[in-house]
Amino acid sequence: MEAVNLLSSNRYTEKQIGYLFISVLVNSNSELIRLINNAIKNDLASRNPTFMGLALHCIANVGSREMAEAFAGEIPKILVAGDTMDSVKQSAALCLLRLYRTSPDLVPMGDWTSRVVHLLNDQHLGVVTAATSLITTLAQKNPEEFKTSVSLAVSRLSRIVTSASTDLQDYTYYFVPAPWLSVKLLRLLQCYPPPEDPAVRGRLTECLETILNKAQEPPKSKKVQHSNAKNAVLFETISLIIHHDSEPNLLVRACNQLGQFLQHRETNLRYLALESMCTLASSEFSHEAVKTHIETVINALKTERDVSVRQRAVDLLYAMCDRSNAQQIVAEMLSYLETADYSIREEIVLKVAILAEKYAVDYTWYVDTILNLIRIAGDYVSEEVWYRVIQIVINRDDVQGYAAKTVFEALQAPACHENLVKVGGYILGEFGNLIAGDPRSSPLIQFHLLHSKFHLCSVPTRALLLSTYIKFVNLFPEVKTTIQDVLRSDSQLKNADVELQQRAVEYLRLSTVASTDILATVLEEMPPFPERQSSILAKLKKKKGPDTATGLEEAKRERSAAVNGGPEPAPASAASTPSPSADLLGLGAAPPAPAGPPPSSGGLLVDVFSDSPSAVAPLAPGSEDNFARFVCKNNGVLFENQLLQIGLKSEFRQNLGRMFIFYGNKTSTQFLNFTPTLICSDDLQMNLSLQTKPVDPTVDGGAQVQQVVNIECVSDFTEAPVLNIQFRYGGTFQNVSVKLPITLNKFFQPTEMASQDFFQRWKQLSNPQQEVQNIFKAKHPMDTEITKAKIIGFGSALLEEVDPNPANFVGAGIIHTKTTQIGCLLRLEPNLQAQMYRLTLRTSKETVSQRLCELLSEQF
Amino acid sequence: MIKAILIFNNHGKPRLSKFYQPYSEDTQQQIIRETFHLVSKRDENVCNFLEGGLLIGGSDNKLIYRHYATLYFVFCVDSSESELGILDLIQVFVETLDKCFENVCELDLIFHVDKVHNILAEMVMGGMVLETNMNEIVTQIDAQNKLEKSEVRMESALGNEGRKHDHELCMMCSFHRLSFSITL
Repeated sequence: MEAVNLLSSNRYTEKQIGYLFISVLVNSNSELIRLINNAIKNDLASRNPTFMGLALHCIANVGSREMAEAFAGEIPKILVAGDTMDSVKQSAALCLLRLYRTSPDLVPMGDWTSRVVHLLNDQHLGVVTAATSLITTLAQKNPEEFKTSVSLAVSRLSRIVTSASTDLQDYTYYFVPAPWLSVKLLRLLQCYPPPEDPAVRGRLTECLETILNKAQEPPKSKKVQHSNAKNAVLFETISLIIHHDSEPNLLVRACNQLGQFLQHRETNLRYLALESMCTLASSEFSHEAVKTHIETVINALKTERDVSVRQRAVDLLYAMCDRSNAQQIVAEMLSYLETADYSIREEIVLKVAILAEKYAVDYTWYVDTILNLIRIAGDYVSEEVWYRVIQIVINRDDVQGYAAKTVFEALQAPACHENLVKVGGYILGEFGNLIAGDPRSSPLIQFHLLHSKFHLCSVPTRALLLSTYIKFVNLFPEVKTTIQDVLRSDSQLKNADVELQQRAVEYLRLSTVASTDILATVLEEMPPFPERQSSILAKLKKKKGPDTATGLEEAKRERSAAVNGGPEPAPASAASTPSPSADLLGLGAAPPAPAGPPPSSGGLLVDVFSDSPSAVAPLAPGSEDNFARFVCKNNGVLFENQLLQIGLKSEFRQNLGRMFIFYGNKTSTQFLNFTPTLICSDDLQMNLSLQTKPVDPTVDGGAQVQQVVNIECVSDFTEAPVLNIQFRYGGTFQNVSVKLPITLNKFFQPTEMASQDFFQRWKQLSNPQQEVQNIFKAKHPMDTEITKAKIIGFGSALLEEVDPNPANFVGAGIIHTKTTQIGCLLRLEPNLQAQMYRLTLRTSKETVSQRLCELLSEQF
Repeated sequence: MIKAILIFNNHGKPRLSKFYQPYSEDTQQQIIRETFHLVSKRDENVCNFLEGGLLIGGSDNKLIYRHYATLYFVFCVDSSESELGILDLIQVFVETLDKCFENVCELDLIFHVDKVHNILAEMVMGGMVLETNMNEIVTQIDAQNKLEKSEVRMESALGNEGRKHDHELCMMCSFHRLSFSITL
């Protein structure tokens, strides 16, 4: 309060202390803001430049929304008024910029914009610098309005570049004319494509050439500041050249310049040169030129003392890699990995794995590389990496034998990493037979080798090894007894871990009860995995953040590759799902729903349960309507006829859910052979896993039975499972099918976000495939409250005060699946007169956008 | 834009911190500590840029720092700033401090925090570079000082005493003068 009193003082010292106090200690949502605003208003109107300066500073430093509301209209006027002092103009420009950053909606665009552009011609270079900052930010959001700034900026730049070092007096910094302003102007030009007007374009090219030429001149001063300032301009020039990406000549010159810097004494320059080259490598004109520096970069990787420089070197190697030099680069990165800093190891591992896969001509090389990778940095090899090796080995017949041999050899090392045991166990389990002919790797030796590692491994690895053993039983009948002995031992059968115990018991039974035919079918070799985007790439991108240059470049490459967003079948489930073995044990009298069976045993399951899919009734009438009703709610009656009522109660959390299905017998007679079955199509089975237990086959008259379905969403899906119910009522056979309302939106988690965040994300998802829009006629009365309830019921958060038009509805949420999380943004715009809605969905995945749009469109 | 400007000494004691984005008091302290740990363990001859700590936004942000005698000057900036430009800005800042305090040392930053803030305010405003011309900045500061003096002439006696006290302290502690490789 005292400070606020100081503000209204007329003495400079008091006023200044007051403002200082406020800008240091007051945060933006203080109650005092209103009083402060009042004082600021007086000072702005005072026409005393010092006071105005203080007031503008205060606004910029606090920069709250209230302040923006109060002054956003005022400041542009000060900025463009003819009689404002230069220093005040400067402050006003930056103050406006700050307000625009915090609350862009409050800063009105108007006729002042064109006058701001003309500030670029101002006499005072300080004003020009400030104005350039402001225009750069504004131009990013409204490129059209500020288009005229390009030609002005170019002419200003050329005036600076061609000026003698003494012309600009105070703004010459260590013999470099106005370095900051040049940098800012070059930044501004990076907001726009190359100028279309040939005159402007020629002038710009000339400027850029002059700057490149100047870099070659001997330095005018030995001071580090001189070269710093000069190079700041030079680097910005190079980024502009890269951004325009249109003048091959300039690009190659830029690249050569950077090449010189790669060996420069100054660490800073080496760092920046590596960084700029990364972006340069992605341009088609200069990719070859960049590649000539490979030796220098590799050398940097080996000798550089600074970890942040080495990190850039790794990035650059990754960016410049192509088919011709992949072997060399991967080898270098692997050898560097042995001594690499812990902080960047994981990233290097991912990069090596990606490069090895992308540029592999010879897949034996690929297998070698990854095994080396596991040997050198096993701790940093994430699951995605070794999943991927296995997928590739399984999909390519030509390397399977080689892979089996190599892993076998690698496993003979006395100490090997657990990840290697996993890969080894998996590959030998599938392809051990390919090397069994050699007496040095006979089945028994293979088994003993794996089993010698067994006790040192964690539970998941042991589980995987147990699956390998049962696969051995199928591959090599001669080791069957040995394996049965191991499975029978107390440490397996009575293992404290449920998963291990279950596997041991089931596999033991399976190996004794089942005939060789069944064994061969159940334990058949894994079918090829569907070709899909490498999950490693996604992981690397997550680590890097989308805005880095390499990220962009990856995105480019990725688009060209066929992307198939299928699910990732976890390799560990090879032969281990309980359903087939449970049935073999004679536990399941009624066939349970096919609970996400592994692809390998799919054929068998169809045989065993052959009666259910063939005899499914067509969907009951009206079930489609009921289905739609459940999209936005979880409980209610799903189906009803004279005999049977089906009620639902369900709950979902993240990618898991549980559904209680209640079957009510409405008659007074018993239902016999009552068997509900869940049917999923093949596609759906991979994306959605459902587990349930069979219900009692008799339902008494008037009674109700309950069935619990455990649901796990593995990946996004579009279809819905079908619930088929068969029973005998009196003498007649009844068969009913209804769609079970398990829809993608059930795995929504609402996300609250501020308006700014929302629009930022909205913009990020601007790829045309990510957006789906639907315009449709309202089926129900258009009531705001009901609509709100439906959007919330749909699962997303309802964001208030985000959309500038209050009649619109905006929502956000995340779809959780086992493999990924997908951010979703939605916007619903009602048009009361036309009785229409327009629904727009943006998510990071095309199929998800589409499915959600379909689902939600049905609701209004 | 510039996210934060931090000055701390070789022991991690903050001497000036200015955040251009709202953070809670706690986070600010943690950011200072984190930054100090990142910066202080680096050798003298390595480069002046590194990726920012997790608290201040991770790898999207860069820390650009210079080490003068007992003090670290750290600017945390996002990708829209030129690295070398900011490096030079630090130099300008320090040179300006030097001009205003006549051979600036750590104690000046402690006893004249308000002035340091004023100088900084002349250079950087709301996270944007306002003025890079040293003479202009010094003129502004001088003008402010003059205004101040004309208003506080009454209390000049008191002020002198205070300055004397500062001076004694300065002698006692015998702080290193910040050494510059530049001749002004």
